[in-house]
Order: sequence, then C-alpha cells, then structure tokens
Amino acid sequence: MDLASAKMIGAGLACIALVGAGIGIGNVFSALINSVARNPASQGLVQPFAFLGFALAEATGLFGFVVALIILFGR
Amino acid sequence: MAIELQPLEQFTIERLVPLHIGRLDVSFTNSALLMTIAVVLITALMVLGTRKAALVPGRWQSVTEMAYEFVANMVDTNAGHGARDFFPFIFTLFMFILFSNLLGLIPYSFTITSHIIVTFALAAVVFIGVTIVGIVRHGFHFLRLFVPEGVPVALLVLLVPIELLSYCIRPFTLSIRLFANMLAGHTMLAIFGGFAASVGLFAIFPLGINVLLVGLELLVAVLQAYVFAILTCLYLRDALHLH
Repeated sequence: MDLASAKMIGAGLACIALVGAGIGIGNVFSALINSVARNPASQGLVQPFAFLGFALAEATGLFGFVVALIILFGR
Repeated sequence: MAIELQPLEQFTIERLVPLHIGRLDVSFTNSALLMTIAVVLITALMVLGTRKAALVPGRWQSVTEMAYEFVANMVDTNAGHGARDFFPFIFTLFMFILFSNLLGLIPYSFTITSHIIVTFALAAVVFIGVTIVGIVRHGFHFLRLFVPEGVPVALLVLLVPIELLSYCIRPFTLSIRLFANMLAGHTMLAIFGGFAASVGLFAIFPLGINVLLVGLELLVAVLQAYVFAILTCLYLRDALHLH
C-alpha cells in the first residue's frame, strides 16, 4: 500500500471518533428536552449546563477530526 | 479535483515586522497583530462603555454591563464564595478568548486561538495559578484534593493516581478543546469553500452549507469562550474549597 492511500484510510479511521460526539450531543439535548418537558420552569436552570455538555461532548469528537485533518493536509 | 485544497494555509503565521534580538525571533506577526486588536477592542468597549455611566444605561453601556454581569454570575455560581477576588482574571480570560474567536470569524483574518501554543499558554497560566492558589490557601492540606472522601483504604491505592493524573492533564484538555474546535471549524469552512470553487454551477450547495456552518461557528466561538471560563471557575473552586 502506498503512502497516499494509507493516509486516506487513516483519516477515515480517525473520523470514527465523531460517532461518540454524535451520541453525546444527542444524549445531552434529549436529556434537556426531557427535563424541560417535565418541568418547563427549570429551563433557565438547566440550559447553561446543556450547552456546557454540548461543548464538552463536541470537543472530544473534534479531537479525532483534527487528527484526520492533520493526516490529510499536514506537511 | 481541479483546485488543490490547502485548508490549513489560513493558519500560517507571517512576519509582518521582522525583528530579531540576538538569535531570538521576536517578529511582530499577524498573530500578534490580531492579539493587539483584540486587546484594543476590549479596552475600548470597557472604557468607552463606562465613561458616561448613567443609571439608565445606553446601548454601549448595557453591552458592557451584560458582559460584566454574565461573568460575575458565572464566577458566583460556579467558583463558590470567596472567588470574587479572582473575578478580574476570569473576566479578562473570557473577553480575550471571546474576542479572538470572534475576530477569527472575519474572512481573511487570522484566528489566534487556532494555535495550540496560544491556548496552551492560557491553560498553563490557569493551571499553575490555580495550583499556587490552592497551596497558598491550604498549605500541605491541598493534597487532600487527590484523596476522595469515604473511600476504603484499599481502593485509595488505585484512586489517588487516577485523581493525580486527571488533575495533571487539565491544562492539556483545556487547551486542546479550544484549539481543536477552532481549527476544525475553520478548516471545515475552507474545505467547503474549496468544494464550492471546484464544482462550478453546483457551488450553491457547498455555499449553503457554508452559510449554516458560519452560524454554527459563531455559536461555537461564544460557547468555547464560555466553557474555558467556566472550567477555570470549577478548577478554582477545587483549589479554594477542596471538593
């Protein structure tokens, strides 16, 4: 296998990390909708935490995405 | 593909004013320029916003007050009591990261926070500062931070190294989170821009995605500044109150 195709495969494999980010963000917002639906008054209280959780979950997936980018475009 | 994609090119640091002291390269780069602009803008916002302070705030003053109250609330709710002394630091940190993220979104400008050395320097300052605060406040008792309460002694052998490790990787996760978000977002914009340039008439689709992505990036820019500041608050609470 030559280097160029190995790079492509490696970048593709690194993007698997985004699965976790997807699951995490889905979880965060489903929990937010659940709790606000049960108790609409709690929205102001829980929303900042939801966005904090969103940012944290998204970041872990992006680590993998950055590795893919570095493999593809880094020199 | 007709056009060679170079999405990482936007992150190159260029020397605007080459400057050398001995063998040390202290050139004024585009990174330094953007940092200066960010600091000047923040200072202008704060100074001009509070210059003609009125009981009923005007537009400018209310923006200033909103930023102040937002961070003050965050420090009060997350860092516990006694953390107000550190409010200026966290406010500075938040505004600097917010402004550099937002300035980076302007086309053809430069994102300071997409360089890991910048974010790592910020995170290292937070880490070292918080550790010093903890040691000064609690002395030797600071080490209790690594010993969870109500745990059998046998488990401590396992838990203390884990706690110690999770404490020591804080500056790395803090800096990589911000850097990775900025790098990934801006690279994605450049990649879709490259698609738009290479598909001719169908360019409307990648362009549409790009419009949505800029919206997402705007959210991420504000959110990451918020996350950085709130995590600093949480670390500070650990050091001030030990669990």
